[in-house]
Amino acid sequence: MQQRAMQPQDATTKQHGSFTHAHAAHCESGVMASLVRHYGFPFTEAMAFGLSSALCFAYLPFVRINGLPLIAFRMWPKSIIQGLEKGLGLGMRFETFRSPERGMARLDELLEEGKLVGLQTSVFWLPYFPSDLRFHFNAHNVLVCAREGDEYVISDPVAEMLVRCARADLQKARFAKGMLAPKGLLYYPTRKPVAPDWARVGRRAIAKTCHVMLHSPLPIIGVRGIRMLAKRVERLPVDGNGGAARMYMGNIVRMQEEVGTGGAGFRFLYASFLQELAALAGHGALEGFASRLVDIGDRWREFAVAAARQIRRRDPLAPPALAAQLRGIADHEESFFRDLRRAQQAWRC
Amino acid sequence: MRERDVPQEGNVTLAGHRKAVYAVGEDGRLKIVASRGWEVEETVTRQAVEELERLAREARERALDGTGSTLEYHMYRARMDVPLLSQTTGLWRWRVKRHLRPGAFERLPGAIKRRYAEAMGIPVEALEKLD
Repeated sequence: MQQRAMQPQDATTKQHGSFTHAHAAHCESGVMASLVRHYGFPFTEAMAFGLSSALCFAYLPFVRINGLPLIAFRMWPKSIIQGLEKGLGLGMRFETFRSPERGMARLDELLEEGKLVGLQTSVFWLPYFPSDLRFHFNAHNVLVCAREGDEYVISDPVAEMLVRCARADLQKARFAKGMLAPKGLLYYPTRKPVAPDWARVGRRAIAKTCHVMLHSPLPIIGVRGIRMLAKRVERLPVDGNGGAARMYMGNIVRMQEEVGTGGAGFRFLYASFLQELAALAGHGALEGFASRLVDIGDRWREFAVAAARQIRRRDPLAPPALAAQLRGIADHEESFFRDLRRAQQAWRC
Repeated sequence: MRERDVPQEGNVTLAGHRKAVYAVGEDGRLKIVASRGWEVEETVTRQAVEELERLAREARERALDGTGSTLEYHMYRARMDVPLLSQTTGLWRWRVKRHLRPGAFERLPGAIKRRYAEAMGIPVEALEKLD
């Protein structure tokens, strides 16, 4: 590639050839936004997140990580990639591998063709991650720009700049085992994305998110899931030194703020989508919803602050108070999504 | 969250990195702001890391006085637990649990030890020692 020679490469650049790296709040939406921007038209992380109806809430008590339940604030991994597929006509191809050698060879081959390749990886094996954040979380998405000798140039959406990763480490990260094992998953678009009719795809995406949040058949999904979690928090045992209760609360906050399942942050991200959609589709009514959702995001942050104070013993352990806060959030989200649904139905285009 | 309220508290768990968060700017539009970290996140991340460090320390003591195997220590060092180690090695959970006992671990054939070492990304020799 002659482009490579034009740009000096080091760890503090955002540019690789014609590709521009962008810092993002969430890995999957960040990767997809970068792909669409590179191959198609101006596109943001918030639009990727909103159009794929990625906002959600799920309390999954039967999925245990280090003995604590999984709490997700978005849809399952890969749903953003698949959700955009339909609206934008990307023709995404997914490939998984049984043999790590073949998986790495296929990655090299695609890079050789000059493609950008998305990968599912485990953060534990990515050496450029801060060590405190390297847990066994297997659904981290990154975009590979190029191979240079024994190293890959990687656009990791949660890093500020492009990063580099040795081949052996990347192989380990792609073929990590356990829950949500990536099995070497790589993906790339086969068609040039085309800008859709924003009003049409936007309306549809909003309808889906409202439906998931309000009318899920399972009591662990959506607004009902938040209430279910509140019930569980209320019953946390406070006897003894309350260590188990503190670990449980810490787990909720970690799921919310740290490990890419994002709580308050995803509410802000979705609010940003509503603002952008309002401008793109010329539907100003969505603006008001954006600021309401920002308020809800702030409530999630207040919940995190209250939980952290109890964990650090600045406040006495009070699970019922935290449960009440969660119920308050559930009430706000419920009325928010009901109103949004109504506005969506009234939106004729 | 407004742009000026974005926490810049120098969270140690980020090790100098900045993370992107969305906040409302002066013009009322949401935008990406780079954050140096939030004390709340630091609290919960350190809590999880310290819990694993505590488990590793206890396992180390057990290994030293001969009531536990070095495998248990390395399992927690690799931020794993029995279910995860069982998934990553493909060994049954009860077998992994058995191998947390010193005798059962020492008698293991090299192939099984290699499987453990590989799952944790360390050499086999390191697996048999405490560092």
